[in-house]
Amino acid sequence: MAENHATATDKPVPYSTGDSKITDATIAEMRELMARYPQAQSALLPMLHLVQSVEGRVTPEGIEICADLLGLTGAEVSAVATFYTMYKRRPVGDYHVGVCTNTLCAVMGGDLIFDRLKQHLDVGNDETTEDGKITLEHLECNAACDYAPVMMVNWEFFDDMTPESATKLVDDLREGNEVKSPRGATICTWREAERVLAGFTDGRADEGPTGGKATLAGLRLARERNWTAPGGSSNADAQKED
Amino acid sequence: MADTLTPVLSDNWDQIKSWQLASYQRSGGYDALRTAFTMQPADVVATVKDSGLRGRGGAGFPTGMKWSFIPQDNPKPKYLVVNADESEPGTCKDIPLMMASPHTLVEGVVIASYAIRASVAFIYVRGEVLHVVRRLQQAVQEAKDAGFIGQNILGTGYDLDVVVHAGAGAYICGEETALLDSLEGRRGQPRLRPPFPAVAGLYGCPTVINNVESIASVPAIVKNGADWFGSMGTEKSKGMTLYSLSGHVTRPGQYEAPMGITLRELIDLAGGVRAGHTLKFWTPGGSSTPLLTAEHLDVPLDYEGVGSVGSMLGTKALQIFDDSVCVVRSVLRWTEFYKHESCGKCTPCREGTWWLVQILERLEHGNGTEEDLVTLLDLCENITGRSFCALADGATAPIASSIQHFKDEYLAHFENGGCPFDPMASTVFATAGASA
Repeated sequence: MAENHATATDKPVPYSTGDSKITDATIAEMRELMARYPQAQSALLPMLHLVQSVEGRVTPEGIEICADLLGLTGAEVSAVATFYTMYKRRPVGDYHVGVCTNTLCAVMGGDLIFDRLKQHLDVGNDETTEDGKITLEHLECNAACDYAPVMMVNWEFFDDMTPESATKLVDDLREGNEVKSPRGATICTWREAERVLAGFTDGRADEGPTGGKATLAGLRLARERNWTAPGGSSNADAQKED
Repeated sequence: MADTLTPVLSDNWDQIKSWQLASYQRSGGYDALRTAFTMQPADVVATVKDSGLRGRGGAGFPTGMKWSFIPQDNPKPKYLVVNADESEPGTCKDIPLMMASPHTLVEGVVIASYAIRASVAFIYVRGEVLHVVRRLQQAVQEAKDAGFIGQNILGTGYDLDVVVHAGAGAYICGEETALLDSLEGRRGQPRLRPPFPAVAGLYGCPTVINNVESIASVPAIVKNGADWFGSMGTEKSKGMTLYSLSGHVTRPGQYEAPMGITLRELIDLAGGVRAGHTLKFWTPGGSSTPLLTAEHLDVPLDYEGVGSVGSMLGTKALQIFDDSVCVVRSVLRWTEFYKHESCGKCTPCREGTWWLVQILERLEHGNGTEEDLVTLLDLCENITGRSFCALADGATAPIASSIQHFKDEYLAHFENGGCPFDPMASTVFATAGASA
C-alpha cells in the first residue's frame, strides 16, 4: 500500500506570491506569543501556526518575519518549519481532511476510506481539490484508536468511519453544510483552527460532549456493576451527562 | 481486593460538562491542591514516592523519584513539562482524559509544580487535537481566574504560570528531550544524556517531564494517600491505570482498572473479540512494544508481568487484531510510520528504518525470500540500541516479534506470490456489505 503515501510534486507553487496578508496586527500578536514564554524562541511553533492562519500556508514572508522578531536567520526558521508535518508549504483548502492509515485504522478500514476519498475528490495525498475546499492527507495515529477507523477535519475527530460516511462528510463540507464533530465543535475553517493552535482562543471549548461511547465504555460498565475504587465514588449517583 | 474496574481518573467523565471548573469542583476538584498546600513540598514528593506511582507514558520510571532528582540547591528556575504529545500508535488515553476532565491534569500540574518548586509549567499537547487544545486553554484560564494559578496561589505565597503549547505534528516530540528542543522552538531532535533533564532540561534548567496520566494521578494520591493508591495493583506496579482497548473487540474503549488485570479479563469486559473471529496478535503498549499472541492472554498487565514474556507494558495501548489481519501488512505499515517519523539525527535510525521498509515491502508483495528474513533480523539487531533515543528500538520491536511468532505467515507471502489476506475482511464495515 506504499502508493498511499506518495505525494504529488508535479504541481509547483510559487515560492512567494508577493501578496502576504501579514499585518502589523499579526506582528503584535506574534509579540504577544513571545511574551508568554521565559525565552521568546519558544513561541516559534505557535508563531508558525499563526502564519498559517493568516496566509493559508507557511510563506517566505512569514518565515522572514518570525526570524526578524526572534533574531534568527530565515534558514533557521525554515529548518523548523520543514521539520513538522502540520506546517504546509502549499496552500491548504478550507478543510483539511485527514484519514488515519496507521496500522490499526488501516486494517479497520482506513486504507479503503482513503482510496475512496482520493477517487471521489480526484486528488492524491496532500493535494487540494480544484475548488480550494478540501486538502486530503493520510495521517499517522491520532490517539483515537478506540474509534477506528478515524478521520480528522481541521483536527477535529470523526469516529467509526466508513467509505460511505466519509464521502458524505466531504460532500457536506464542499456544499457548505454545517458539520459537527461527534466529539468536538462545529467545524470551522482550517485557518481558524490554526489560530486556536497558535494560542488564541475561539470560545468553542464548551461545544460537544465529554467523550464518545468508547471513552465512557469502562466507566459505564463500572456504574452498572457498582464497581468503584477503594473508598467509593463521589460521582456514581450524581447528575449524568446523557 | 479492589473491584475489577476502579474509575478514579475517569470517575467524573459522565458528569454534565465535566470539563468545566464548576463540574470538576462538584466532584471534589482542587481539594487535593488545598491539602498539598498544607504540606511541605518535600512531603508531597515523599507521598508520591511512597505511593509507588510509576510513569504512565511508557517507561514506568517512579514519578516521585524523578521529582526528587531536581537539585533544589540549583539557583536556576525549575520547570515542569507535561508530555501531552500522545502519538504512539495505539495509544489513546491522555487525549480522552484531557477532553473530558482537563482540570484533573491542571490540578496535578499545580501540585507537582509546587512539589518541585517550579515557577512555570508547560503542557505540550500535540497539535492535531483541536478540541483538546481548546479545553486545556479554557481550563487553564478558569484555574487562573479562580486563583489556582498565578501569583500567591490561595494565599500561600507560591507563584506559578502555566502555558498550553500546541505542537506541530512530529511523533518524535513525545520523546522527552526532543520535546524540550521543540518547546525551545527548534527541530524536535533528541539530546544525548547525561545530562538528564532533571539537571539540565528546558533552557538548561532543572526540569521534570511527566506524562499526562502520571500527573493526573497525583491529585487522587494526595487526597486519598499513598496507602490507598497502593491498595490497588500489584506489588511493584501499584495503583489504577487507563487500559485502552482498540481494534477487533466488541466494545473498544477506556477501561480503568488496577494494575495487573489480564487481557483475558479486559476482552471479556469489552464484550469479547469480534464475533466469528479469534484473537491473532496484540500489542500490550503501543506499536513499539513487541507483539504478543493468544498464549499471553493471562499475563498480568503490569510492568513485571509483560516484561517477563519479552515485551513491555508501555502505554497500555491494547490493540487487538483478529484472524482476518495480515501480520506482514501490519508490521510494514508501522515500519513506514517509524521511517517517516525518524528525525534523521542518528544514522542507524534514519537509514535503518528506510531499509527495513524496503525489505518488508518486498515481503508483503510476495517478492521476498527466506534470506530476507535473516537480513531483516540482522538489521534489527544492528539498529537496536545504537541511537540517541528509543524510536528505532521501537521500530524493530514489531518486526522481530512478528517473525518470532508468525514466521510461517511471512513464508506464505512469497510461497503464494503475494499477500494471502483480503483487506476487506478486517474492516469494521466488512459485514455491512459495503465496499470501497
